[in-house]
Amino acid sequence: MLRFIGKRLWNGALTLAALVTLTFFVMRLAPGGPFSRNRKISKEVQANIEAAFHLDEPVIQQFGRFVWRLLHFDLGPSTRFRDYSVNDLIASGLPYSLTIGFWAMVVATFVGIALGILGALRRNGMTDYVAGTIGVIGIAIPIFVIGPVAQAYFALHLGWLPVGGMGAGWKSWVLPVLVLALPNIAYISRLTRTSMIETMRENYVRTARAKGIGGRRVLLKHTLKGALLPVVAYLGPATAAIITGSVLIETVFALPGIGRHFVDAALNRDYPLVTGITLLYGGIVILFNIGTDVLRAWMDPRLRHA
Amino acid sequence: MPSDISPPFAAPTAEPASTLRLQFRRFRKNRLAMASVYLLTLIVLMCFFGPMFFPFTGEDADFDNIGAPVNLFSIHPFGTDDYGRDLFIRVLEGGQVSLTIGFLGALVAGGIGVLYGAAAGYVGGRLDGFMMRLVEVLYGFPYVILVILLSLLFGGGTVSLFAAIVFTLWLTPAVIVRAQAQSLAQREFIQAARAGGMTGGRIVLQHIVPNCVSVVIVYGSLLVPEVILSESFLSFLGIGVKEPQASWGNLIQVGTSAMSTDLRLLLLPGGLLATVLFCLNFIADGLRDAFDPNDR
Repeated sequence: MLRFIGKRLWNGALTLAALVTLTFFVMRLAPGGPFSRNRKISKEVQANIEAAFHLDEPVIQQFGRFVWRLLHFDLGPSTRFRDYSVNDLIASGLPYSLTIGFWAMVVATFVGIALGILGALRRNGMTDYVAGTIGVIGIAIPIFVIGPVAQAYFALHLGWLPVGGMGAGWKSWVLPVLVLALPNIAYISRLTRTSMIETMRENYVRTARAKGIGGRRVLLKHTLKGALLPVVAYLGPATAAIITGSVLIETVFALPGIGRHFVDAALNRDYPLVTGITLLYGGIVILFNIGTDVLRAWMDPRLRHA
Repeated sequence: MPSDISPPFAAPTAEPASTLRLQFRRFRKNRLAMASVYLLTLIVLMCFFGPMFFPFTGEDADFDNIGAPVNLFSIHPFGTDDYGRDLFIRVLEGGQVSLTIGFLGALVAGGIGVLYGAAAGYVGGRLDGFMMRLVEVLYGFPYVILVILLSLLFGGGTVSLFAAIVFTLWLTPAVIVRAQAQSLAQREFIQAARAGGMTGGRIVLQHIVPNCVSVVIVYGSLLVPEVILSESFLSFLGIGVKEPQASWGNLIQVGTSAMSTDLRLLLLPGGLLATVLFCLNFIADGLRDAFDPNDR
């Protein structure tokens, strides 16, 4: 098991190193710098700006400086927002993004698994039907369509919840979290349902039942553990989906999280900020993928030797 | 007379049905999937040929009818936007962009993935290890982040958007085909081909790739909605297809900002995008059921 964890960590470090390199060179090669404006700048000013951001050094030296700073968790100054470092900007947006992402993940996992189990236990019943509908809607309708429609209905038409922003306490979280959770509820409930139905047919479940163990205990102790394996495997990709979604959600609901910063930075060609947020996102996804793999290997020893 | 003698066994009158044909026959029995095929065909035809029946294009402003309401019997059946451009035509033209990128992107990404995977799986050994390591590293990236980075690198615009999407989506087909190719490489007919002196490249193209077709069809059908979704996602954020060129993504974005006054700007492109994604998902489900009977 320890060897497995070590191997996964090594792979993760490799991916992260590749991500750091790729990000740096993409940012370097991308056309149109943050300072290429229409306004003419005198040669001296141009040279001063380039010196201040170390753009006049050879690329290899810049890369070395970049990596050295990264090792000290210093992402450098933003080129767009003067007097703000990338660290400041990320620190200001991260709490919002983490809160939304965390609650969306919690809602998606619990609601998804519950819907999947209920659907599998009473196939073709009412719950199964509802879960199936949510599944199809969540997978096919993108959240940047559902989000605005939900805003129009719940906020503008009914007036129950605020349209966007963070001004109304817990109420302002409800729509973003639910809309962000929806596609993942859909995936998780589908996964849980299929794998529950499969596991309930397994011999060991039948044996447990034949031995006279009660229905609830068989369900909780025998079936669920086996059935949740594919669901656990989905948690890594789900993190990536939540991050992707949060970029959209923060745009739709006008929230001051880092997803919104990321898009603005990309549009304004604020390369240090893009780099910083990319690495943060990449790091989170890589970490969750490793966590997911370790959790799976713990649940299913066969995977440790794959 | 030799001609009187009937041959010892009659040649079969009808050609025996191939596996592929049987699979498509099974697919055709799936009502939901077939309905989706018809609806999708209708939408595609509408997007590409619909605008021909109107005397103006989506970029022509009609200054007499700015912000015209929905009136199915007027010249602007779904009204016009704030610039007097016909909304219905713009949605159809946006559909041309989105659908073209979707199908072409899936085709190109699928093609690259199939060739890469087939080569890696057939050759095996060190090269395979290296090629798959590369895929693994790329897989570790958050996919949309990669698309945004790449579209920055390629300088924005439709072509760069296309390149970025293809670059990120060939991975899944590569992994799937590689697994298939690996097991095929051990089979007798491949060994026979190799013994007969066929070169590696021709074996991959003539034996490995055709034998992966059913897997590729199933997963390729899942790629199309994914590409369409990525395109509209990026255009929605303002990174992909840009005004005045319409695409479903940037039309939805415009619709979002006009939401409080005029919901149809959002509902028309959004509804059409959702319908297409519904259809493509049902078709993909149907193909999987038809091609992979062990799955259920």
